[in-house]
Amino acid sequence: MRQIWKHFLGFVGSSARVRGGFVALLAVLSPIPAAALVEIDITQGNVEPLPIALPQFSAEGGDSKLAADMTAVIAADLKRSGLFNPLDPASFIQKNMSVNSTPRFGDWRTISAQALVTGTVTKQADGRLRAEFRLWDVFAAEQMLGQQFYTTPENWRRLAHIIADAVYERLTGEKGYFDTRIVFVDETGPKDKRVKRLALMDQDGANVRYLTRGDDLVLTPRFSPTSQEITYMSYAGADPSVYLLNIETGQREIVGNFPGMTFAPRFSPDGQSVVMSLQQGGNANIFKMDLRSRQTTRLTNTAAIDTSPSFSPDSGRIVFESDRGGSQQLYVMSAAGGQAQRISFGPGRYSTPVWSPRGDLIAFTKQHQGRFMIGVMRPDGKGERILTEGYHNEGPAWAPNGRVLVFFRDTPGANGGPQVWTVDLTGYNEQRLETPAFASDPSWSPLID
Amino acid sequence: MFNMVSASNGARWIAVCFAVLFAAACAQTKPDGLATNVKPGTGQDFVVNVGDRVFFEEDQSTLNSQGQATLANQAKWLNRYSQYTITVEGHADERGTRQYNIALGARRAQAARDYLVSQGVSASRIKTISYGKERPVAVCNDNSCWSQNRRAVTVLNNATN
Repeated sequence: MRQIWKHFLGFVGSSARVRGGFVALLAVLSPIPAAALVEIDITQGNVEPLPIALPQFSAEGGDSKLAADMTAVIAADLKRSGLFNPLDPASFIQKNMSVNSTPRFGDWRTISAQALVTGTVTKQADGRLRAEFRLWDVFAAEQMLGQQFYTTPENWRRLAHIIADAVYERLTGEKGYFDTRIVFVDETGPKDKRVKRLALMDQDGANVRYLTRGDDLVLTPRFSPTSQEITYMSYAGADPSVYLLNIETGQREIVGNFPGMTFAPRFSPDGQSVVMSLQQGGNANIFKMDLRSRQTTRLTNTAAIDTSPSFSPDSGRIVFESDRGGSQQLYVMSAAGGQAQRISFGPGRYSTPVWSPRGDLIAFTKQHQGRFMIGVMRPDGKGERILTEGYHNEGPAWAPNGRVLVFFRDTPGANGGPQVWTVDLTGYNEQRLETPAFASDPSWSPLID
Repeated sequence: MFNMVSASNGARWIAVCFAVLFAAACAQTKPDGLATNVKPGTGQDFVVNVGDRVFFEEDQSTLNSQGQATLANQAKWLNRYSQYTITVEGHADERGTRQYNIALGARRAQAARDYLVSQGVSASRIKTISYGKERPVAVCNDNSCWSQNRRAVTVLNNATN
């Protein structure tokens, strides 16, 4: 379902050329040689955000509000990432920029801009929207990127996110994550009578819509890494069970025919299976169901609570939590089941592990001395780092580029409730994501195709 | 009102009344005595005179002696009024993670169910369900509330009051 068409733009002026094949990433703070390209080294902890100028896109066909709104969405995405510092437009010397303007680079250097994005939004006679932008390296006085998009006008926010992703990717060397959505549990009503609904929003909190009505308790929605499908737990049937929901068609179905409650579902990296827990008596064990063949496979068999399974991105292994050793700890096993290796050994209880899409880290919730933390460790259990800590932080989920984590933070007492927050992998740039009401169990979509 | 009650017995009685949702019945019931105006064999009789819930320690699903006594009384009552089927609902407090608490609630429901079966209640009459930490009855921010939420509640499926 492709809704947005992309073309690459040629270059403005004869002297502007893209340099290809650069290898070295330059740290923002290091002195930048005159001919060097502006890039962000995001492997550092607290990077100084890159000063970037985003003059309001020009409007062809008269819709300057749309042009202003699109520019604002792009700037907000980049700012929110913590890696960019969009400069105050009041400081801009060169005015009235469009995608065809040749930048006076001296003017942009004067205000310390290191990158510049120019653009034009056009309402075409055929009703479609055309958006073009160029990304400029101010110090090298060169165009770094130029792209043109066509879409229907109602897709304007997505288009802005796609442009922000292109800028992010070109300057950081990593895939962006702005043209994505987050599914979560919307929570309304008093604490002892909460109504919970599945809800979906753009990654910046816009375009909230509700996927269930609140008649049934719903929990732990998880996005498919390959499609616009989610799996979640619902109390709609006789036993609480894991369901699938296609968010485009609204079609929903129960996953498998298990003799008891199923919960804590998550997709495999190819989106073709779901792993989950099955409760039998006092024990929970992990099962996998192949969504095509409908075949189910038992992966653990213990007199314990084994839950929250999450695949490694190469599909070879599964991390999960178990209290088989007396308290909740993290274990890794083959995706076929069998022997599991405990990987968490710090003080406290570890739960809700989730493997980074980059494969290098596992994020988790940790409880210790009445505090709830979000942390990451390597798949061998080494290198544990706590990213955030407080009264109650729970349920991390990764952005599709493995750079940012989204989680929920609960506040105590009768009037307290969960809210959605994001934090950078480094532990910096913690930010609340505004939701219409209390919200929990956020899960990030893949980049929308 | 919950956070003003510190003694656990008192808290439990308020919780019971809350569950019944009959203010009048609560007003006429003393913690140490039986309600006088409740018809025997009714759902109200079960909740008020037998006690519909047992409580657990943090992260535990072991029944204490008080819980065992309550369940023994429930079994006696259920064996007398055999027209009822029951659902045992397991719950956890909010100081845990969601998925684990679903399983922990299930464990608690299972512990209560097993005890009822050991006291002669037919397993075919009992269904269990867990709500994890999703259905608290007490909402304050200390153990006086959390201890009320760590519970297994026996619900009569076809009760009339």
